[in-house]
Amino acid sequence: MTPRVVFPNKVLPYLLVAPQLAITLVFFYWPAGQALYQSMLKEDPFGLKSKFVWFANFEKVLADPAYVNSIKVTAVFSLATALVAMSVALLLAVMAERVVRGKGLYRTLMIWPYAVAPAIAGMLFLFLFNPSIGTLAVLLRKAGIAWDPLLDGTDAMMLVVTAAAWKQISYNFLFFVAGLQAIPKSLIEAAAIDGAGETKRFWTIVFPLLAPTTFFLLVINTTYAFFDTFGIIHAVTGGGPGKATETLVYKVYNDGFVNLILGDSAAQSVILMVIVIALTAIQFRYVERKVHYG
Amino acid sequence: MIGSSRFRTYVAHAVLLVGILIVAFPIYYTFVASTHTLQTILRPPLPLLPGGEFWNNYSEALLGGVNRIGGVGVDVLLFNTLVMALGIAIGKICISILSAYAIVFFRFPLRMVFFWLIFITLMLPVEVRILPTYKVMVDLNLIDTYAGLIVPLIASATATLLFRQFFMTIPGELVEAARVDGAGPWRFFFDILLPLSRTNIAALFVILFIYGWTQYLWPLLVTNHNDMNTIVIALRKMVSFADADTQWHLVMVTAMLAIVPPILVVVGMQRWFVRGLVESEK
Amino acid sequence: MATVDMKDVKKVYAGGVEAVKGVSIAIPDKQLCVLVGPSGCGKSTLLRMIAGLEAISSGTVSIDGKVVNAISPTDRDIAMVFQNYALYPHMNVYDNMAYGLRNRGTPKAEIDSRVRSTAKVLELAHLLERRPRELSGGQRQRVAMGRAIVRNPKVFLFDEPLSNLDAKLRGQMRVEIKNLQRNLGVTSVYVTHDQLEAMTLADILVVMNAGLVEQMGAPLDIYEKPASTFVASFIGAPPMNLMALKREGGHARLAEGVTLGVEPPATAATLGFRPEDAIVGQVEGKRALVLPAVVEAVEPVGAESFLHCAATGDRVLVRVSGRATAKPGDKLSITASLDKIHWFDAAGKRV
Repeated sequence: MTPRVVFPNKVLPYLLVAPQLAITLVFFYWPAGQALYQSMLKEDPFGLKSKFVWFANFEKVLADPAYVNSIKVTAVFSLATALVAMSVALLLAVMAERVVRGKGLYRTLMIWPYAVAPAIAGMLFLFLFNPSIGTLAVLLRKAGIAWDPLLDGTDAMMLVVTAAAWKQISYNFLFFVAGLQAIPKSLIEAAAIDGAGETKRFWTIVFPLLAPTTFFLLVINTTYAFFDTFGIIHAVTGGGPGKATETLVYKVYNDGFVNLILGDSAAQSVILMVIVIALTAIQFRYVERKVHYG
Repeated sequence: MIGSSRFRTYVAHAVLLVGILIVAFPIYYTFVASTHTLQTILRPPLPLLPGGEFWNNYSEALLGGVNRIGGVGVDVLLFNTLVMALGIAIGKICISILSAYAIVFFRFPLRMVFFWLIFITLMLPVEVRILPTYKVMVDLNLIDTYAGLIVPLIASATATLLFRQFFMTIPGELVEAARVDGAGPWRFFFDILLPLSRTNIAALFVILFIYGWTQYLWPLLVTNHNDMNTIVIALRKMVSFADADTQWHLVMVTAMLAIVPPILVVVGMQRWFVRGLVESEK
Repeated sequence: MATVDMKDVKKVYAGGVEAVKGVSIAIPDKQLCVLVGPSGCGKSTLLRMIAGLEAISSGTVSIDGKVVNAISPTDRDIAMVFQNYALYPHMNVYDNMAYGLRNRGTPKAEIDSRVRSTAKVLELAHLLERRPRELSGGQRQRVAMGRAIVRNPKVFLFDEPLSNLDAKLRGQMRVEIKNLQRNLGVTSVYVTHDQLEAMTLADILVVMNAGLVEQMGAPLDIYEKPASTFVASFIGAPPMNLMALKREGGHARLAEGVTLGVEPPATAATLGFRPEDAIVGQVEGKRALVLPAVVEAVEPVGAESFLHCAATGDRVLVRVSGRATAKPGDKLSITASLDKIHWFDAAGKRV
């Protein structure tokens, strides 16, 4: 490999990276360092004195049933959201690949939710499904289904999952369409000549070849459900009823800003950081593998 | 096409139509609600067709000011949100294209250190450093300012990585040709690199504009005054399900105004947006 | 217009790899110098050092008598044609050609007249509004040439400019480049790995190997008197037949039953003759090298045929004109007259 062609300037490159670096240091590294430091401090109730307690905050947080509950809630919420959003999107993408006419129009209509803020998506679904004025809630009640997301934890969870998944359909749809288009037509034709029926072709040829896309989306959707859905939870349920929809990110916010337990909140931040690092690492392992197989 | 039959195509269209219904219905219904009176909304089920209150509701929301958020008009909220979204999109593109340019087209001590410093910020989303970042904002007097809404969000690794990836596909010979043609680093940047990056910039602009427009946690933290709120935050403050006097018709108007601009951007710039999204993430 | 002088030029990369190990070449005004050699021989690095795109580790490069080591490519008054053309994809042909002039502050009117007259010479006048991606390979090649010519530089540098073209177009462009260079009278350095291109284009041919000059001179001189086995096998197609000599009791021989016809020079270790210098059959009454051989394969090309033969344990190639009568398996004699035989010593140098 020939070395990359470059300009010989000595000072200019530093000026070019300076803005990004300055912002990164002030708003990323300094606060992240503070979070780490804070996570090992304990403040007295008046916030006057603090002492260094090593990992006591972590022990406390991890032993807290509310935190364990929050982990469970996050896991259920993330997996359900990813599963729903991805399976609906995959079905739609496969169907969109089949039609010839109207492809562009379908795509145009399909990408709308991408532009809707998660919090607004949450509020729209709450408007449709809230027990007092929600049109769809009324219809559910008429159909004999007891439904109240404001009082029932499971209903609340279903509501936020629906809103979160709805918003993510666009994104997944675009990637699945791209993934499907990347599968060589000759492979599918070969399978057809080998006598595989339509359904069989999908599960034995298309789906396995789509695996990299699926895996990539799984990571992305999980990350999305972890972090970007704060707005949905905050706007729709506020973590309730009870603590039925209190996700990890919501709890960090709630403990730090509302309940003002700084040490605990910081410790939770650090745990979240570890989770993001793990997710990013998985994502990049995938990217590396992709480079390998072209 | 294999086994292409009429029936098969009909099924596909049917499934897609149901999909569109699921995807578009909440937005459509919001529009319907925004054209009815409060009384109609409070007596569900709501009709499936728009009502006759379009002008009344929209003018009230835009001009009358909404009680719940301290009399701030939707126009102010839209302006705030637009400033934030544009600021983030443009700011991020500027600083990341410059840093990617430095990292790809120059060789200097600490180059890889800088690259990793930027790269690692991928792993530090706002959500994991809420409190300390808030404290920095307070110390710098950035609460309730546009700078406070924008600046902390314009440094992130994704845009830099995208530009870096694109720059690395530019053949070295092109750089050499430019140098022989008498172009220094700045001339090369403006005459060659920027024009070649147009598609990438357009795609990134859409993605970042949406990102800025839909921010929630950050504006929630750094804005206290109602007149600095973004439209998403204000909307949240307008809604109360426990309380009977939520002005639902105005909420729905505001929701429409919050949804439509980004949808127009995404649909209007669809071509670049789709390509940019799929390419940048893969 | 200009001379180009290289004095003991070296290139050492960070990490200690020596790409060019001390090269001195003097190119007189208006001459076309071709650097030829296998990939990795340092020819491209040398060209890029003349251009100023690579720093010179030691030695000097002078253009028109002035040392340019520390001068940027922009100010060396050179123009370069790249292997992949390196046309600016977002500019049309006109702007591609005008860009370098604009950067140098040439007045608009002059740019216009120069671009248009150059385009006319290269038959590009009707393509000026097109973008590079709307052009064929040959047209792109012409634009790359035009971009160099329009600047009216002291020196042209060509970095394998024809290697991306198909064979037919390559032949055509080769002639065009030669004519253009002669008509414009601009001193040029041309890098290629194609020996045919090298032979036909060069006023001065420089054969490089492993960072050093193997031989330098007029193309036909090099063809007739290759300085080493490397040059012998690199210049000329198909390459020269080379056979190792055995020494027995002070006498050199090839094998049993082979008439060398002459006592080789004392230091000779290898014997060589070109496929086109050998004939099939024996010539009576003349002292010559005669090899008994078996035909292994016959390649008819049309105007000539190549016989691949096995002779005394070596493989030997013979060119015969027209249709070959021999068939695989035939036994025959290969004869090369003594004045066409080259001798090389144990180090591969010509004796």
